[in-house]
Amino acid sequence: MAENDIASMGHLMRRAGFGAQYHELEARAAKGYEETVEELLNPQDHPDGMDLDLAERYFIEWNHFIRGVPEYIAFRMINSARQLEEKIVLFWHGILCISDSKLQSYPTEYEELELFRHHGLGSFKDLLLGISKDPAMIYYLDNCLSHKGAINENYGRELLELFSLGVGMDGEFNYSEDDVKECARAFTGWTIANSIPQQPYGRYAAQFVYNPDDHDDGEKTFLGETGNLNGEDVIDIIVKQPATARFISRHLYNFFVADDVEVPSWMDTPPRDPETIKMLEDEYFRSDYNIKSMLRVLFNSDAFKNARFAKVKSPIETIIGTLRLVGDWTEPKPGLEFIFDEMKYMGQEILNPPSVEGWHTGKEWIDGGTLVHRINFTADSVCNTSFPGIQSIIEKLAAQAPILSPEGLVDGCLKLLGDYEMSEETRRMLVDQNSKGGEVQTDSEEFGAKVGETLRMIVATKEYLYA
Amino acid sequence: MTSSKKDPVLVVLQLSGAYDALNTIIPYNDPHYKDFRTVLKVEPEEVLAIDNNVGFHPSMAPIKNLYDQGKVAVIQGIGYPNPIRSHFRSMDIWHTAAPEKMGMDGWLGRAIGDMDPHKENVLTGVNFGRGLPRALATSGVSVASVGGLDQLGVLTGIEDQNQRTEALDIFARMYSPMIGSGVTNDYLSQTGLDALKGADILATAPAGYTSTVEYGGDQFSQWLKNVAQVHLAGLGSRVLYTGLNPGAFDTHANQTTAFPQLWGQVSDAVENFYQDLKEHDASQEVVILMFTEFGRRVQENGSGTDHGSGSVAFVVGDAVEGGLYGDYPSLELDKLDQGDLQWNNDFRNTYATLLEKWMGLDAKPILRGSYEQFDFIK
Repeated sequence: MAENDIASMGHLMRRAGFGAQYHELEARAAKGYEETVEELLNPQDHPDGMDLDLAERYFIEWNHFIRGVPEYIAFRMINSARQLEEKIVLFWHGILCISDSKLQSYPTEYEELELFRHHGLGSFKDLLLGISKDPAMIYYLDNCLSHKGAINENYGRELLELFSLGVGMDGEFNYSEDDVKECARAFTGWTIANSIPQQPYGRYAAQFVYNPDDHDDGEKTFLGETGNLNGEDVIDIIVKQPATARFISRHLYNFFVADDVEVPSWMDTPPRDPETIKMLEDEYFRSDYNIKSMLRVLFNSDAFKNARFAKVKSPIETIIGTLRLVGDWTEPKPGLEFIFDEMKYMGQEILNPPSVEGWHTGKEWIDGGTLVHRINFTADSVCNTSFPGIQSIIEKLAAQAPILSPEGLVDGCLKLLGDYEMSEETRRMLVDQNSKGGEVQTDSEEFGAKVGETLRMIVATKEYLYA
Repeated sequence: MTSSKKDPVLVVLQLSGAYDALNTIIPYNDPHYKDFRTVLKVEPEEVLAIDNNVGFHPSMAPIKNLYDQGKVAVIQGIGYPNPIRSHFRSMDIWHTAAPEKMGMDGWLGRAIGDMDPHKENVLTGVNFGRGLPRALATSGVSVASVGGLDQLGVLTGIEDQNQRTEALDIFARMYSPMIGSGVTNDYLSQTGLDALKGADILATAPAGYTSTVEYGGDQFSQWLKNVAQVHLAGLGSRVLYTGLNPGAFDTHANQTTAFPQLWGQVSDAVENFYQDLKEHDASQEVVILMFTEFGRRVQENGSGTDHGSGSVAFVVGDAVEGGLYGDYPSLELDKLDQGDLQWNNDFRNTYATLLEKWMGLDAKPILRGSYEQFDFIK
């Protein structure tokens, strides 16, 4: 198999999933790139992506109690064989945002992630309908407080601004303040039963309820269409707008391909790669708003294949990717709570995005504080030679030759990390650092530690901040 | 920097989520107020009156107290042309000081670049929070951003000190900027080097600090304590930034519970911070700006308020000439802007005043234009 097959596969798995160990990359590369894309889009094995039996018994609290949900989600991201399904959960979670700091009801929040898991690769129209009926969302953006004759515009506004059309496109506004109000009117009566705050129903998820008595039946005009519009009609109008195609395409591009400018700039700043966005927009309409079809086009495009290391990794990609690499948490055991703090310190606390805008991405993930946490976490993880994933790297390197040159050690580590590319200057510094001890015998006692130290410096590089 | 007069310091508190201006500085004798706010109105006897027209919300007693000492400028009716009711775009506008077009860099970042053009001090600007606000983000300008003074240092996992020194040396070389490596790479390089340098210096701040002031246990209060520690350590920081979590003040619902709680927390923290500085004879060195991204709808929606426009901001400090600035926007129906308070002074007037009259900088290039200035700095 060609060397670049591993490189492409490492790239695909970092983007469509949370990265993979070298032996998995080899196995997938042997199957072929397009076949792997199909398998990620339509996974056949494991309806849940993994054997959930043990996990569910272990994270016994995940479903009903106040703790355990972030850990359970993390556990699934680490272990699911259906990696794209978990990745798309994270994608939508960052766009169709809800936040635990307001909801404080993990069972209800979890239901929303299940919605993304089941419909995140399907029709965007179904997803918008699902999110408009999602109890967590209805509570988070106060639609349960929006009544006939006394609207609360919070959901109506964010549905347009952040979930579908975006504020504007090509320098023009996509909707008016009146559209916001009319949109909010159309969703009156879409509410929930079981109030969300913990008492007295906190351990059960809230339910969607449509209350026809509280629905505003009057005539509305939304984006130029007039009638007795309800929420479904509004969504029908939204999904056929070119602005929605643009918005979803830019989000997919920014998440899966390469960092674009931040969302508030999209009205005035054209896409980084207009051709690829156009291709995605066309597929959006051709496939009746199907996300899976858009992703198939995307993953098989040259733009995607050529975008290796064109994105700054998100904190969750960093953490989950590191744990998958070192092979920790393949089975349930105590102590996974720490993962929640790491996400927070690195700037991406799951189920708690900073606002309904989600997280800012790209270089905005990195500041002095988050950078230090990111480097320290990855560095400490990869130099721990007791982890099975690191053991396997050590064994593979030892199997290469009895003696490794400083170059051989650095290049070998980079390859086994999924073909990471370093600038020539950085690679030279890594090699120089290793040169002090000269060549190293791979059967020596200190070889493992030496590999750990090399990996530690690799993950501390600028290049490793990218995926 | 050996001058005996200390350099002026600006502390910026970003109170995100858009606090309700109408219930912050309350026009309690305006009959329209009671009509618009049947549920959320504050009764006249509870308002902490400034004069016969307006007064502070009762949860802001500590700030009212500072106001009575002549240390608080209240900037009424603050805003910008063509108000945007999106939190994100509006906060962006406050950060970049560019309402008309999408700005890429922050006004304070530009000010820091002006104060420290040769990047002599990586701590000229310091942010406490999760994520660097765009106000401080300007390419080529170093700003330290930390989650707290207890979380500092690169590669602290290396126990052997010699080995760590060696690793940090390589780290510094790997993060040295390379020509032509692109904007993001340059930014990552700078951030890596600054984190390395800044962490060592910042870590020294708490050691020399003692105070009788006890800050609240919440994150905002703790960050303000960190701000005080860094300022009092004399590290040459000129702009110190922190704030509430994004969306904190976004009271579409249950405003009667959340709003007083938040202003209570903020007011206590600000008072503690002021007292802390005073105790260290440093209160004359610092001016505080408190702002939010926009005001809220005049007509309440039931239990809360939706997004509006005209807002109110505060400038606090010994150097401040306390009082009311700007006009209180009218509540007459035909004077409202789509149901919102009509702004009457551009936020860049306040920025320009702070930059020129307090920081001693030339505001024009930083704000990319000339703006009328207030007299709220003595």
